[in-house]
Amino acid sequence: MTIRCEIVSQDRTVFAGDVDIVVLPGAGGEMGILPKHAPVLTTLKYGVIKIRKGGKEELFTVAGGVAEVQPDIVTILADAAENINEIDVSRAEDARKRAEEILSKGIPADTDVYLAMEAALRKSNLRLDAVNRYRKGGTRVPTSEN
Amino acid sequence: MASAREMKLRIKSVKNIAQVTRALETVSASKVRKAVNAVTATRSYATKAWQVLKHVAEQPGRDSLHPLLAQRKEIKNTLVVVITGDRGLAGAYNSNVIRYASQRFDKNPVPVKYIAVGRKGRDLLVRRRKDVIGDFSNLPAAPTFFDVSAIGRLAVDAYKNGEVDEVYLLYTDFINMARQVTSVKKLLPLELTDEGRVHDFEQAKPTGPSAAYDYEPDQSIILDEIIPRFTALQVYQAILESQASEHAARMVAMHAATDNAKDLAGAYQLAYNKVRQQGITNDILDIVGGAEALSAK
Repeated sequence: MTIRCEIVSQDRTVFAGDVDIVVLPGAGGEMGILPKHAPVLTTLKYGVIKIRKGGKEELFTVAGGVAEVQPDIVTILADAAENINEIDVSRAEDARKRAEEILSKGIPADTDVYLAMEAALRKSNLRLDAVNRYRKGGTRVPTSEN
Repeated sequence: MASAREMKLRIKSVKNIAQVTRALETVSASKVRKAVNAVTATRSYATKAWQVLKHVAEQPGRDSLHPLLAQRKEIKNTLVVVITGDRGLAGAYNSNVIRYASQRFDKNPVPVKYIAVGRKGRDLLVRRRKDVIGDFSNLPAAPTFFDVSAIGRLAVDAYKNGEVDEVYLLYTDFINMARQVTSVKKLLPLELTDEGRVHDFEQAKPTGPSAAYDYEPDQSIILDEIIPRFTALQVYQAILESQASEHAARMVAMHAATDNAKDLAGAYQLAYNKVRQQGITNDILDIVGGAEALSAK
């Protein structure tokens, strides 16, 4: 018994496949979705989506969005989503530094700029946290030197 | 027949035109590639968002779920968002959209207001004395969702405050390089069956009446968030589809113009050669005539 899971972000399909269980960061806390789950519509928080399929686990960061659960399918419309193995640590590091720098100079007068910077900071923090916590083997270990 | 000098000028100007149209064709070719990438990249998200919206609309008692889902008993005003290009020289692209608009909405039983996206469409609508309440021109070449979200918001607001009772979206669907189809989609209130829809949302398989959703955090919060946003997303997707169509249409039109200019230049060249040859023949006849007159003496 499997359930179909599709993760799409605005610019691409991040994941699509049949899986055993999906764990997602819902508005009311972590939700584990098994096949034949009751229909749910929930917003997503910043966090990590876990997908298990035959003992193998895949992890995705998600920066907010909406998930629709039907008994046979989970559709995740993410504002931004990435497979943890695809995260470019040095880029996330750079983005975090840049955002921190701008925010440390005081709050930008333009609200849009401020919100964009804050979102960028949250996103890169999420990515880095996720990589530190979950990535195995340490293909690209984050170092503050480079 | 025109003089050889005049014809030479003609040939030159036709060749210049061919050069310009060829340049435009090349530019459009690279633009269409980018636009197609953009439109296919967002298509899956837009399709899924549309599916979710439909599932929400299939819920029992949709009229009471959210003001944007409620079907109004009396339709007093219609709003049409018309998406065209900012520039011409794209074959029949712009006029097709406007022609479709007047076919579809000129006999509408209630007054129709328009929001024009694109300068050409605005000009054509204004010339036909339509009621244009909004105008969004000079959109960036590859708009982001934020660049165009204001358009969706304007439509949603007009619907919310009762200024209009239904909203249609009129745009050009990009099928492939050779085929673009003018399409209309009912944006608000949400329609479960699509009219003039060709390809992109067909994956939405008909699901029976689904059980009522559980909402997290709260029904009104989540519907308030996703319904206006997904509606604006449909506008965004339509704009991307239209831009890809515009560039493709321009590429084809400019290709045809280049071919025509080449044919024309060839025809003029032939005529010019004839005139030139005629002139030479006449000169030789003069000389021969003169020589004979001399030797006859």
